[in-house]
Amino acid sequence: MSTQAFGSSGIDQAFGSSGLDQAFGSSDPNGPARDAGWEDSPPRVGFFTDTSICIGCKACEVACKEWNGNPDDGFDLLGSSFDNTGQLSGSTWRHVAFIEQRRPAGTAAGVFLGMPESPARPPVELGMPSLSRPGDSGDTDGRTEFRWLMSSDVCKHCTNAACLDVCPTGALFRTEFGTVVVQDDICNGCGYCVPACPYGVIDRRIGEQGTKNVGLAQKCTLCYDRLKVGQTPACAQACPTQSIQFGTLDELRERAVDRVQTLHDAGVSEARLYGEDPAGGTGGSGAFFLLLDEPEVYGLPPDPVATTADLPRMWKHAGLAAAGFLAAAVTAFAGRRR
Amino acid sequence: MVPDATFTSYYGRPVVKPSPWELDIPAYLFLGGLAAGSSLLGAGADLSDRPVLRRAGRLGALAAISLSLVALVRDLGRPSRFLNMMRVLKPTSPMSVGTWILTAYGPGAAVAGAAEAARLLPINLGLIGRLLDVAARPAGLAAAGVAPAVASYTGVLLSDTATPAWHDAHRELPFLFVSSAAAASGGFGMLTAPLDEAGPARRMAVGGALAELAIEQRMEHSMGLSAETLHTGTAGTLMKASKALTLGGALGAAFLGGRSRTAAAISGAALMAGSACTRFGVFEAGQHSAKDPKYTVVPQRERLNRRRAGGNQPTTEEAR
Ligand code: SF4
Ligand code: SF4
Ligand code: SF4
Repeated sequence: MSTQAFGSSGIDQAFGSSGLDQAFGSSDPNGPARDAGWEDSPPRVGFFTDTSICIGCKACEVACKEWNGNPDDGFDLLGSSFDNTGQLSGSTWRHVAFIEQRRPAGTAAGVFLGMPESPARPPVELGMPSLSRPGDSGDTDGRTEFRWLMSSDVCKHCTNAACLDVCPTGALFRTEFGTVVVQDDICNGCGYCVPACPYGVIDRRIGEQGTKNVGLAQKCTLCYDRLKVGQTPACAQACPTQSIQFGTLDELRERAVDRVQTLHDAGVSEARLYGEDPAGGTGGSGAFFLLLDEPEVYGLPPDPVATTADLPRMWKHAGLAAAGFLAAAVTAFAGRRR
Repeated sequence: MVPDATFTSYYGRPVVKPSPWELDIPAYLFLGGLAAGSSLLGAGADLSDRPVLRRAGRLGALAAISLSLVALVRDLGRPSRFLNMMRVLKPTSPMSVGTWILTAYGPGAAVAGAAEAARLLPINLGLIGRLLDVAARPAGLAAAGVAPAVASYTGVLLSDTATPAWHDAHRELPFLFVSSAAAASGGFGMLTAPLDEAGPARRMAVGGALAELAIEQRMEHSMGLSAETLHTGTAGTLMKASKALTLGGALGAAFLGGRSRTAAAISGAALMAGSACTRFGVFEAGQHSAKDPKYTVVPQRERLNRRRAGGNQPTTEEAR
């Protein structure tokens, strides 16, 4: 990544005067920044989150809060394994999901998944109940196997980003890195991006009057400020297992395909990529995942779609409806004189 | 009705986020529709020489659109930044398009309404009054020209979201909302104008109400699983009330509305209430469908399985 800083004038240039990012068609998955009007944009960047090596330490959640100065969502015990965060929100831009699964013994999940680069240091006590995870021993005699699934969720920085499409103020914009970012000084908190996002990511920040950016739509910026000075996003930097991998999208895609192959060869047949497919409903995302079960197990939508793809048809219906209303009114008056 | 499906979720938590909107938004949907229909009635009454209906239409439109703007601004996270809506015009954003539709509609409705209000004042406004009188007709006609769009775009506003019950209704929602607007404003005309002027309002009310009932029926069938949310909880109660009020109001308007002033007023009020129930009902159904992961996961899982099974299903339902 180049260390060259990008001037803020670039932001205005990205909008042009119309604020149109991707019109009604799909953006080029390699160049959404170019489609948005950036010239000489750097290569598109993103995250490959390999959940098979996530240890659930939540360093990413903490690093994101620290770096971005995000307030807490309250401290509750949610009764959902180690997850007391709950979901992504206006103040929480990384969320580690914990799933405890009981499956019949002898399924593929029992194999050691391995880290891509096994740490030379001895493992550190992370506050988990034990150092080895239940079910890791590989001894399947006469018991049910148990496994943890852990996954750090984040904004997907979609190629076709519904949040960006529907934003009426132009606060959401496509950066030169191909990411999707809210401009805090422009958003008026209309909230339209919230139901528009097919992944349930972005939300209005809730908090006391005076809380930073309260009432505004907030989500992961892919550390736009850090990218601009050539730094790695805080969450990826903090991740001790390289479960969160940051890089150019092309490279990440190659790495991800290799990793799936490795896992399949090791017998982990349920390893699959999620969100990387440019043919998918959001045109492939900038942040994609390697999962060990169906997406909905992790709280992710199985087949998300940016509904703006249907907009031309929806506008047509609205036009017909309006014409019908006008015709009905004319008819009402054209009738009998009474 | 789709059979109950089993599905997996993450501790039953929502997959998509419900809109952060409060009841201001369904109130806006209702008031915007009422304003739009009232402008149409006002302009028609102006051209066909029905002074009381004209006055009611214009004043009703002004009041309704003013209140609806208050609701819209109140619902923002930062109301003081309302004008940021005017920074851009984005066809990909129904809210942006709607902002500009309202901007085109508002001034005409305001001038026509102000002209009527000025005539009611006990004092003579002199030049201003005369100017308003001259401007009233063109202003009212201009507002009436944009009014249908005010009533119909809100259908797209809701359905261009990942909220299951709203997006699943995207084919019918604009039609449902204009019908509902016709019923409400027709009802308002019946409530406010004398029998010998209210004929067009009555016809609009009955036509709108019947269309609303028919389209709602159709919508429930085409929505799939999320149609359930129109039958349960708060939304279910509201939709039931909407149907009863709309049907009752339509029958009253059709059979008694031309003869009895009282019957006309009661039917008109029922139709307005029915329209309001429709808007709040559709809103609530959407919120519920977003909060329950079932309505996101089950249809998407089915779509995915169909696609995997080989049929190359288009992701965006382009085929329909
Ligand atoms: S995941 Fe949601 S918030 Fe993130 S870019 Fe895509 S649509 Fe926008
Ligand atoms: S809440 Fe802010 S970012 Fe979201 S659509 Fe509205 S103006 Fe845009
Ligand atoms: S990229 Fe930055 S803003 Fe996004 S989740 Fe990571 S730390 Fe937070």
